[in-house]
Amino acid sequence: MSLSGATAGELLLRLERGDLTAVEITAGYLDAIAARDGRVQAFLSVNRDEALRQATEIDSRRQRGAPVGKLAGLPVAVKDVICAKGQKTTCASKMLQNFVPPYDAHVITRLRDEDAVLIGRTNMDEFAMGSSTENSAFQVTKNPWNLSHAPGGSSGGSAAAVAAGMSPFSLGSDTGGSIRQPAGFCGVVGIKPTYGRVSRYGLVAFASSLDQIGPFANDVHGAALLLEAIAGRDPRDSTSVDMPVPKYAATVDEPLAGLKIGVAKEHFVAGLNVEVEAAVMAALDVYRKLGAEVKEVSLPHSKYSVAVYYIVCASEASSNLARYDGVHYGHRAESFKDMIDMFCRTRGEGFGAEVKRRIMLGTYALSAGYYDAYYLKALKVRRLIRQDYDEAFKSVDVIVSPSSPTPAFKIGELVDDPLSMYLQDIYTISANLAGLPGIVLPAGFSSSGLPIGLQLQGPAFAEERLLRAARMYERETDWHRRHPELPRG
Amino acid sequence: MPADELTRDDVLKVAQLARLSLTDAEVGAYQAKLAQMLDYIQILHEVNTDDVEPMAHAVEVQNVFRRDETLPSLTPVEALANAPKTDGRYFLVPQILDH
Repeated sequence: MSLSGATAGELLLRLERGDLTAVEITAGYLDAIAARDGRVQAFLSVNRDEALRQATEIDSRRQRGAPVGKLAGLPVAVKDVICAKGQKTTCASKMLQNFVPPYDAHVITRLRDEDAVLIGRTNMDEFAMGSSTENSAFQVTKNPWNLSHAPGGSSGGSAAAVAAGMSPFSLGSDTGGSIRQPAGFCGVVGIKPTYGRVSRYGLVAFASSLDQIGPFANDVHGAALLLEAIAGRDPRDSTSVDMPVPKYAATVDEPLAGLKIGVAKEHFVAGLNVEVEAAVMAALDVYRKLGAEVKEVSLPHSKYSVAVYYIVCASEASSNLARYDGVHYGHRAESFKDMIDMFCRTRGEGFGAEVKRRIMLGTYALSAGYYDAYYLKALKVRRLIRQDYDEAFKSVDVIVSPSSPTPAFKIGELVDDPLSMYLQDIYTISANLAGLPGIVLPAGFSSSGLPIGLQLQGPAFAEERLLRAARMYERETDWHRRHPELPRG
Repeated sequence: MPADELTRDDVLKVAQLARLSLTDAEVGAYQAKLAQMLDYIQILHEVNTDDVEPMAHAVEVQNVFRRDETLPSLTPVEALANAPKTDGRYFLVPQILDH
């Protein structure tokens, strides 16, 4: 049965009515993966047997009238950076090629509690460092809309899996745009929640003050459903915030009256592709027709965001990745002289080029003599970036921008040019530095048929507002109903 | 240090601090790429941050405590399951002290 294109909400309705079973849905998506993933290469592993077993058990509970979770029977693909007990979690790195976590991440516990079916593990840039998924040690994921183009990254596998109809939704992680940029490139919905909204327990750490887990879905309602399932306080992550989780899915269809949209003049400068700019302008017109007010705001420090980000993320990464020493888990070099040499060779062999580059930059920025000039300076400018947002959100409810400066670039196009690759994240990075939520949704196509993403950013914990504002636009357009041409499952 | 003065020895020193063994080709490549990055981040020095407090975290919570109580944790078998080298009771590492 081909289910591709079905939204999570539609599938849930059919499950509840009894015209589809969890096993039928799971088998349908497994067939889609079998038919398409040879080309797209979004999955690093597929949990065929375990997923079908889980689906069978959910069906039998539903049949005998026993309680089932809110996502009962819906497949979820998970980025290979989120630990699931007994499922290999590689971070697309040789370092963790054979690592099998002994525990579940908090979000995996939540998904199991809601009876979501864990269908497979998706490809990514190694340790979530990259914007194209080309830094995977194992395979290069293709953009389902054009297989010679990148899906974005670092959560490129999770974005491509949803875009290609191989899962109705998926989980990614976003440290500088790693959910939102691939969502834009692949024409799906992606959310980076407020820092602290979702527990990071069991998320393999990259930059701990920036990392957040978030959902991908093929419509705004699906993203709301999945966010609602994973959000909330978890004592095992002391930065997760003890605030009630709104019923995102129940309110997503309610339009916001008197919506005030900010447009930052700093976002519309040289380097922005004309088709992307036109799509964002057209989206603003849709909002104006719906009664929203559009006004200019200023984020004067946004031009420093990429520089701040690369100091902060590299510094935190150099510290976090110190744990890969060949002692407790992961790769260990075969031959070495002594303990120190074992560490050095293990890490030299186990990490890929981009990961080493960031460890080097971070170690440098934190080293004696440079700490004040780089790390401390970056943290100060970080506060100014946050203050720009605080000021802007005094007069507007959301800020609308592109999700990235161009549609998906070609595979290999930026691989030797780290700085250009880093500048891909210019519209997304500030939200991570400031800890704010952002949503990306499809807003059109380029003349060559590649998706264009629209980003809405909001104040801390304004996810409900972002979802409702995004849905207002989605309801007026049919971009999310278009699907790439791929073999049918 | 201006980025164009980043020497090969600087790169080797950082690699030693980071416990990374690098090939000769990597040392050359990182020297060039790091210099390029350091050059780019110099733009931060045009920002006046005299009276600005550093911001290490977006949610500036402090001192989050939990009750000091024993909770279930991994069994030794689970904890050792991913170890590169173990005798079944301990993680094994190369000898670091001379007898």
